[in-house]
Amino acid sequence: MEHPKNFVILGAGTGGTLAANRLRKMYPESDLQIDVVDQDNDHVYQPGLLFVPFGLAFPDEIVRPRDRQLHDGINYHENPVEKVDIEDNKVTLENGTELAYDALLIATGSVLEPGETEGLTDTGWMESVFSFYDLPGATALAEKLSTFRSGRLVINIIDMPIKCPVAPLEFAFLADWFFTENGVREDISITYVTPLDGAFTKPTASATLAELLVKKNIELVTEFNTGEVDGEAKKLIGYDGTEVEFDLAVVIPLHGGAAYVHDSPGLGDELGFIPTDNQTLQSTVADNVFVLGDAADIPASKAGSVTHFEGEVLMENIEAFLEGKPLEASYDGHANCFIETGFSKALLIDFNYETEPLPGHYPGPVGLPLLKESRLNHIGKLMFQSFYWHGLLQGRDVPGLGPNMPTSGKHTADA
Amino acid sequence: MPNAVLAGIEVEVNDEGFFEDPTQWTEEMATELADIYGVPTPLTDQHWTVLHFMRQEFFEKGTGPTVRKLGKTSGVTVKELYQLFPKGPAKLAARVAGIPKPRGCI
Repeated sequence: MEHPKNFVILGAGTGGTLAANRLRKMYPESDLQIDVVDQDNDHVYQPGLLFVPFGLAFPDEIVRPRDRQLHDGINYHENPVEKVDIEDNKVTLENGTELAYDALLIATGSVLEPGETEGLTDTGWMESVFSFYDLPGATALAEKLSTFRSGRLVINIIDMPIKCPVAPLEFAFLADWFFTENGVREDISITYVTPLDGAFTKPTASATLAELLVKKNIELVTEFNTGEVDGEAKKLIGYDGTEVEFDLAVVIPLHGGAAYVHDSPGLGDELGFIPTDNQTLQSTVADNVFVLGDAADIPASKAGSVTHFEGEVLMENIEAFLEGKPLEASYDGHANCFIETGFSKALLIDFNYETEPLPGHYPGPVGLPLLKESRLNHIGKLMFQSFYWHGLLQGRDVPGLGPNMPTSGKHTADA
Repeated sequence: MPNAVLAGIEVEVNDEGFFEDPTQWTEEMATELADIYGVPTPLTDQHWTVLHFMRQEFFEKGTGPTVRKLGKTSGVTVKELYQLFPKGPAKLAARVAGIPKPRGCI
């Protein structure tokens, strides 16, 4: 390259950070200038939010400064994005700074939109109606749960897509464990209310998870489309008029793309997500715009593992793009997640666009058990936080673990 | 592949009753489909707005829209959608509009 090209990354969360650090290793500063933008300096380890309401994690353990996760030679701008101009290849920040780019990576994730649901943020919000999907919500809920001794706990997903689609189930399992530990489980009913037609999106895992709900005496209400949350009467009201009463509601609000996407002509869809090629992760709105993680509209879970696996593929394609070559790396939709089931156990599921979660072992025949509760998976889930800060964000590869879904340890006969 | 006869024409549908080939659909089939799936008939102008929007989205984007997208872009609110197509507007409107199951519902 003749002179340094400008590479701008929007978002310094999981995707933006790992991409910036990998690119910095791939190119010297004389070839590529890297600018990263985010609106604040709090990088939240989002999987940790699940544990906060139960006193199993504390805010100061799961938040670190964003700029400290970025390697030397990366410019960090702490300012909200105002808009992206894909015609002029330029990003404008709210403080007026303009960043011209040769290539742009969008990694601004998804935002919670509780205001989109009638009544959700009115009477009762943060008193009897909570969300644990951000730090203020998770922290407030911790206080509420510590004094909740009897009544009806209702967990409700308003609609897909949401970040980490298994987290609400994990919340239900942990609530069962938490109330049991506190000796009040008999006085509390737990109901899981979902717009899906089962406990989860994928059939085999959905059946296993539904069995677990039964075993833990958690009621499952499916195909419920919440139209309104009435905090005064304490009930969820479906669009078809059906109602679910609660004493304490834990609601997962609607998700959308970051606000600036709506102010950037031609960049996003109606919900603020960026139209993206499922395989190359190049946006379909402009050749020099790439998308990593939750911000993309691809049919993969909005989850850190997806972002992690996408990241490796994306780096190859960005390299090809910068060198004017065709994009050949292809993401297969690989995702995996530990599903905390309470009592120091967890399940692990592993899947991609084509293959649903199967039983067996990961990443090979000798490995963590898949789709089965085990203590080993729980330990894996807890240990992951350390790997997140020190391995994943730093852009380190894991020996023997590539981005594509492994099949060697899986029982594929019934697939 | 099961077949169905609608408005006197044989069409291909999948196990769940969604059209395999949306080009086989005609407006005459919509009323018959509405009766089969419990959508109140006669179909109103608002029903038709939604049905045409569903088909347009499908042919442009390869999948029908979700309820949320419909509410934001079709000109009909989510509340009205549930009155027009009770229970599950996205799935139901997709059936009546003769397009495959929207990807978002999977």
